[in-house]
Order: sequence, then structure tokens, then C-alpha cells
Amino acid sequence: MVQPLNYLKESPSQTAGPYVHIGCTPNFTGIHGVYETDLGSGPLYNDKTRGERITIRGRVIDGSGTPLRDALIEIWQADADGFYNSPSETRGKADPNFFGWGRCPADMATGEFVFETIKPGRVPHAGRLMAPHVTLWIVARGINIGLQTRMYFSDEEAANAEDPVLNRIEHRVRVPTLIGKREGDTVTFDIYLQGENETVFFDI
Amino acid sequence: MKNALPETGGFFARDRAMHPPAYTPGYKTSVLRSPQRALISLEGTKSEITGPVFGHNMINEFDNDLIVNYAKPGEMAIGQRILVHGRVLDERGVGVDGALVEFWQANAGGRYRHKKETYLAPLDPNFGGFGRCITDENGYYWFRTIKPGPYPWPNGVNDWRPAHIHFSIFGHGFAQRLITQMYFEGDPLIWICPIVKTIPDEEAIKRLVAPLDMSNTIPMDLRAYKFDIVLRGRRSTFFENRKEGN
Ligand SMILES: [Fe+2]
Repeated sequence: MVQPLNYLKESPSQTAGPYVHIGCTPNFTGIHGVYETDLGSGPLYNDKTRGERITIRGRVIDGSGTPLRDALIEIWQADADGFYNSPSETRGKADPNFFGWGRCPADMATGEFVFETIKPGRVPHAGRLMAPHVTLWIVARGINIGLQTRMYFSDEEAANAEDPVLNRIEHRVRVPTLIGKREGDTVTFDIYLQGENETVFFDI
Repeated sequence: MKNALPETGGFFARDRAMHPPAYTPGYKTSVLRSPQRALISLEGTKSEITGPVFGHNMINEFDNDLIVNYAKPGEMAIGQRILVHGRVLDERGVGVDGALVEFWQANAGGRYRHKKETYLAPLDPNFGGFGRCITDENGYYWFRTIKPGPYPWPNGVNDWRPAHIHFSIFGHGFAQRLITQMYFEGDPLIWICPIVKTIPDEEAIKRLVAPLDMSNTIPMDLRAYKFDIVLRGRRSTFFENRKEGN
């Protein structure tokens, strides 16, 4: 006999279902008067936030090519200098005017999600610098466990080429699925759940 | 924050055998929405082991009282009055303080307040069906609601969801993000539900079934159900606090 480890097991995931908006973005679904605003809605920056303003637009697309109109997307990112606004950030203090987290339901007609945010700085990992990226978490009816992915930027070719996470991906043809296409201040990032262009999802 | 070192360690690897796989044909919607390629494994970087802090001041007084948070003044939601309470823990058994817990549910007749909901059961004008709270320093949360009804849904020709409450939990790191559902002890629909059955492990399913808690039941008022939620554990950082290179 040995001592038991006594670790608990993570609660199993269940789908967010079709009515995730009721709990997470009630105003979006027309239920007003309980929460003043939907948590994580609106621009991630204010007047004093440092950094370059960008708009991220995209859709989550199923195996038939149809955009999901009931998905919920959350993003989490570093500030313009590469610091996270989190107690687990020990390298320095993040911009107090940048919370770094946002939540957006897909449009009920078009399936589009939109985040008004800033371009993040580079964050080190294992002695190297990661390229600027935004972390995404996607849930919806029919998705049994939230999907984790990342969006990098097409205007960061040199940084992307030395990114330790992108370099981890054996099948190089899949790397472009993680690169948001930047045109002006807009970055477009469509997420494919299946098919030839299936987006890379991570087990983190 | 607690009087402790900042939590900077990575998370325990997720035991995927305890979770539903992406592709579960018994739950038809998953067929076209399930990634088919292997996930790329990644040890947590700063981008996943960090996460935002939600302050207690964002919570309104009645956010955790679904019996009144949508009701007209002086009125209450119709249904069996219950208290749902428990702790948000991590796999080390440590209470997760400051976790954001959001919940939503159907009304007593099994009807959701949502534009796309078409079930013929009536809406309750005094029931919105959602609330939220932030765990205390020990990871404890609680809310008052009415017991949701089971409802039919289009999947098989005669599929019914057991009574359930949806939960979204935000712990300390983005890698801990979790959405799940709570079921009620004794409901025979649990074991024939295609969504419950996406979870391959029966023991894991049982961890989503809240027992009736007579000890915390308030006489002549409401019954209690106890529901603990476990998020991924975090490694201790005895040898991980070295400065990261740059
Ligand atoms: Fe439901």
C-alpha cells in the first residue's frame, strides 16, 4: 500500500447548448433589466489604453460550410507590451486600462463575431518570444467541450516564423489556419470546425 | 488574494477520458461541429495559465436569486423552490476563490426565455432563468431558484432533457474555462439523455448529479441541492518561479 494521491477529477464538460446566451449574454437575446450590460461586451479598450486599435471579425463554420449562428466566443490577450492583466502575471504590471478579456455571441443572422481591441505585444515562452496572438475559446450547441485556439497576425511574418507554438505544428499546411488576415485595422479570422481547412485546436 | 505565492504553475493535463469526445453521433448536432483532427498538445504558456479577475462589485444584490431577479416587485417565480450550493474546487481539492459562476435554466414547465425557443409550455412572466455569483475565499457559491422542468428537444423523435441547470465557470486561468450542466438526483431521464451520454464514463456522469441535501434544506421554505464543481488543478511552482528568458 502507498498513500493515496487524493486528487479530484475535473468535472466533465457538457455542451453550452442553444441557450447559452440566456446565461452569458442575456441583453443580446433581448432580456433586459437584470444585468446592466452583457459581461465582456463592447470595446476591450478605453480612451487611455495603450496600443494600436484593431477590429477582429470572424465566423465559426461547420462541416457543411454553414456559419454557426449560436456560438459564443471569448478572447483573452496580452496588452500592447505583452503583459497579462492577471495575478498569475509575474513579469510586470499590465496596462491598468486594458482588461484583456472579451466575450461575443455570433450574430443570430450572419454568424459573425466582432471584437474591438488592441494588438497585443509579444509574450515570452520557454526562453523565446511568441508572436503577437489572441487566445480564443469557442462554445456552442453541438460542441461538447470548449475549443481552444489562437489567432496570430498576417502582418507579423517574421515573428510568426520564430513562434515556438506555431513551430510545434508538424503539418505546416495547417499553420495558416491560425493566422488572421489583416487589412487596414481589420483582422479577419474564420474558424473551420471540419474539412480541408480545419482550424488547429489545442489541448492546453 | 490569499496570503500565498501567486499561482504561476501550469495546469494538470486534462483527462480527456472523463470528457465527451467531440464527435458523438447520438447527439446529432455534434456531427458537423466536431473537429476531426487530433488536438495539438501544448504545455500551458502564459497565455493560458493567466486569466482575468472579476470583482465582487460587478454582482448585483439579486443576481443569485432567480426567484426574484426577473420578477415584478412583490411577485415570485412559479415552481419548486430550491437552493443550489457548493464549492468550486480545483483538482488539488483547493477552493477556487473569486471564480465567476454563471447559470441558466428552463422554467418550472421546461421552457426557456429565448427568441429561438418554440416549446409549447408557457413562459413564466416572473422568471428570467439566469443568474451569477462569484465564489467566496473558500470557493463557496450559492443561489436560489426554482427547479427547472424537463423538456423535449429535436434530436431523436422522442428525446427529453432531464431537469438541469447550465453552468459556466471561470476560474483563475483561461485554460480552466469550463461549461457543464447540473442534474438532479433521482431523475430517470438522466440515463437516457443523448447529451448526458456523450460522457463516456458513468462515474464521471455521477459527478454532475447533485444530491438532495436535507441538512441545508430550510424547513417550510426550500429544499437544498449540493453541487461541487471541480476545475483543473494547478502545479505547485517550487521550481518554476525562475525568471522566464526573453
Ligand atoms: Fe438546457
